[in-house]
Amino acid sequence: MSPKTALRASAALALGLFATAASAQDTTITIATVNNGDMIRMQGYTNLFTEQTGIAVEWVTLEENVLRQRVTTDITTNGGQFDIMTIGMYETPIWGANGWLVPLDGLSEAYDVDDILPAMRNGLSHDGTLYAAPFYGESSMVMYRTDLMEAAGLEMPEAPTWEFIAEAAAAMNDPANEIYGICLRGKPGWGEGGAFITVTANSFGARWFDEEWNAQFDQPEWEQALTFFVDLMNSYGPPGYATNGFNENLSLFQQGRCGMWIDATVAASFVTNPTDSTVADSVGFALAPNHEGVERRSNWLWAWALAIPAGTQQADAALQFIEWATSREYIELVAANEGWANVPPGARTSLYETPEYQAVPFADMTLRSILAADPTNPTVDPVPYVGIQFVAIPEFAGIATEVSQEFAEVYAGQQSVQEALANAQALTNDAMEAAGYR
Amino acid sequence: MATQHSRSAARLMMAPAVILLLGWMLVPLTMTLWFSFTRYLPMRGDSIERGLEWVGFENYVRFIGSSSFWPSVQATLMIVGGVLLITVVLGVLLAILLDQPMWGQGIVRILVIAPFFVMPTVSALVWKNMMMDPVNGMFSYIWRFFGADPVSWLSDASVPSIILIVSWQWLPFATLILLTAIQSLDSEQLEAAEMDGAPVLARFWFIVLPHLGRAITIVILIQTIFLLSIFAEIFVTTGGSFGTRTLTYLIFQRVVDSQNIGLGSAGGVYAIILANIVAIFLMRIVGKNLDR
Amino acid sequence: MARAVSTRRKIATTTLAWLVGLLIFFPIFWTILTSFKTEAQAINNPPLFWGFEFTLENYAVVQERSDYMRFLWNSVIIAGGSTLLGILIAVPAAWSMAFVPSKRTKDILLWMLSTKMLPAVGVLYPISLIFVELGLLDTRIGLIVILMLINLPIIVWMLYTYFREIPGEILEAARMDGAGLKEEILFVLTPMAIPGIASTILLNVILAWNEAFWTLNLTAANAAPLTAFIASYSSPEGLFYAKLSAASTMAIAPILILGWFSQKQLVRGLTFGAVK
Repeated sequence: MSPKTALRASAALALGLFATAASAQDTTITIATVNNGDMIRMQGYTNLFTEQTGIAVEWVTLEENVLRQRVTTDITTNGGQFDIMTIGMYETPIWGANGWLVPLDGLSEAYDVDDILPAMRNGLSHDGTLYAAPFYGESSMVMYRTDLMEAAGLEMPEAPTWEFIAEAAAAMNDPANEIYGICLRGKPGWGEGGAFITVTANSFGARWFDEEWNAQFDQPEWEQALTFFVDLMNSYGPPGYATNGFNENLSLFQQGRCGMWIDATVAASFVTNPTDSTVADSVGFALAPNHEGVERRSNWLWAWALAIPAGTQQADAALQFIEWATSREYIELVAANEGWANVPPGARTSLYETPEYQAVPFADMTLRSILAADPTNPTVDPVPYVGIQFVAIPEFAGIATEVSQEFAEVYAGQQSVQEALANAQALTNDAMEAAGYR
Repeated sequence: MATQHSRSAARLMMAPAVILLLGWMLVPLTMTLWFSFTRYLPMRGDSIERGLEWVGFENYVRFIGSSSFWPSVQATLMIVGGVLLITVVLGVLLAILLDQPMWGQGIVRILVIAPFFVMPTVSALVWKNMMMDPVNGMFSYIWRFFGADPVSWLSDASVPSIILIVSWQWLPFATLILLTAIQSLDSEQLEAAEMDGAPVLARFWFIVLPHLGRAITIVILIQTIFLLSIFAEIFVTTGGSFGTRTLTYLIFQRVVDSQNIGLGSAGGVYAIILANIVAIFLMRIVGKNLDR
Repeated sequence: MARAVSTRRKIATTTLAWLVGLLIFFPIFWTILTSFKTEAQAINNPPLFWGFEFTLENYAVVQERSDYMRFLWNSVIIAGGSTLLGILIAVPAAWSMAFVPSKRTKDILLWMLSTKMLPAVGVLYPISLIFVELGLLDTRIGLIVILMLINLPIIVWMLYTYFREIPGEILEAARMDGAGLKEEILFVLTPMAIPGIASTILLNVILAWNEAFWTLNLTAANAAPLTAFIASYSSPEGLFYAKLSAASTMAIAPILILGWFSQKQLVRGLTFGAVK
């Protein structure tokens, strides 16, 4: 935050980009991105990038589900509407393998690609080639209201179990005053409620597929996990949680309507930001829970990353933008203007070595959560796939979207846990058969 | 009356519109038909350039055999039918009301038409967030004011909610057409009936309603055309969950979420067949009406 | 309308009609009102109808985040362009159907209308591929053509019903006076058809303005109209009710105002000329 840091940051940014400015006049790049807070903040700084490089930037900002549909259609039809796409750990390896992304091997020395957290770098690579640069990375963790916990006479352990979470939710639940014990994602969509129920299932010892690609929804662990989730949310969740996703819950938590919220670590900076959050000074953090006796915790691993589709005419300008937006200098720029708590987290090792950032209350818990997630070994029983809250095969998005819709109908009270699991089992096996896995 | 010359001229003048629409119909339709008989999974690297594998009727069987198919047909019919019912019934009542002498008729009419100008995405967003949100929506305030638990409309009463939103958008249309029709009603006929002491209901049933027949047909025809393909309202509010996955939406999911173009195209062909059944049915009625 | 109506009855109908009107209008009113509140006041319980702090800040925030004017301009060009193009193609067709009817006229008309029933999603992929091939993705001209095609049947049908109302004797008379086909259309028909054409144009501008499937799926940045502008606000970001309201108001205001000013023509247009 010191003026000196600010000066150094902008100087470095200016120097690094000035060199290439002359060649890039009059180009415009189009970027598709998700409407999460950090990206919206980045849009506010793009005029600096344009000033320094002469490259104009057009933003297409979309909600997560819409973004996925748009960029996927564009990449499979080779539409070339975007020069940079914001994608995640699920898409990047698959698209990279299909040759749809430009490999990011032209990154400059100063960018220091080795500074990217190994977990993020691995998840965004295919065969050792990096295909997308992480803008921010996340795991999931518990965010809770310290004031409400205190009033309830409870103390949150660093590594709670689901059983404790249920107890705390019961203690804090006060629907008469519109305070709900716990807010969790129920919204259909594989990356929304689908992701959350998958990690919850992992922490109960369940898995999506056995080693022969047979769906596992008929196993008792899934029933246990889903039943627990539904009971918890029906008793202590906000009304209509079946339609709440990340942003909906963020909004509820910021309004002071949730006792706890288990979600992306990146949310920590928004719930502790006094201009947006009414509960900024009373938020605590803990590791994502597990079911008693199961060694897997329910934390995922994800990165929102910037990738260049192979169909673009502006690969050089796009690469320049990616270097700018995911650089250490960008982090310092945000830190200088808005404070360290608001920088995009979870992408670079050096961030967690910065003393100023270590002082941020959620920094340590975020890093620990990220390091605790292991995509190559996500479940208690062995699985044939990579990915924690997703299964890294092309068919997963379609299957998991429908599965999450089946589950959401349970959340809305329209069918039973058993019906939903039976439907999920049938439709998953059906789709896997159609795709030739079984 | 028409000469040979003007006939060929007429054909020439019709040609651009006919050719364009023919192209618009045939080109994508042919492609959809072709895709529907192939295995086309772009995520697995299939593309036209590399050649698509012919799989016969596999996609058709799979699409109709999927557990989501019949519920989606049902959802489509429920939503279309529900909206038609509400807009026609309320439209008739509203048209009669607006036909009465009153102060500020012009302003009332403006208020009633307004929803028609609101784009579907906006109206879905406004209803979802400003009205139906279970925590901050207007309905939840009203429910709490009366001491009731707020309802989470879009998950607990999803189909009625969608019907409500879409009806709100289309009610102005129905009302205006019916109002125009009512205004052309011969008021002397009504007055005569009134003199004869016919009760209000009888006057409505035997004079007003028959007169509105044609207008109601038009309302149903035009609305069905648009309602069969409603998309934005579902996309924004429920994303096809909670029993609101219409046939249109199911196809969208197969094509966009699952990226299974063959399967989605087979679904598209089914939807075209369904639309045509409805179309033939409607055209019969309207065709007769056009002759009048 | 020579019926004498008692004042009491008039009061009753007036009250009822206003109540219904306000009820129908309420969601729009509430959105506009909320757009002038602060985010905290927007979710106040009980809801605030008055006594809030009037602010334009939400509009500033929305404008800063997405360049409203560009989306507006795209909407104007796409809606206007597709309508004009559609009219140019439809007028001759509707004219010949109305004045030189043949046995097949009605069938052609119904067939045209039936093309409207093709579900858009069923042809999304083919159209995307064609657009990629022709380089039409994210271009205004591409959208103008698509929207023209989907609205063409409606335009033809509306114009046809209007033209049919024009008495044939006038044409006969004009022909007697030696008017050719061109003169007939330009000097006789067009002036008489102008109200009908105006209504058609209005209705189609509205339909094109509000079209939200193709405009969302075939545009990215360059040609994105207001439907795409609003799509970026479709999921909440923290406290967002006031901002959402401001964005919604900005998206619907132009067409709402246009619609209200041209109410008379529109009512005519809305009935598709099919009801007299």
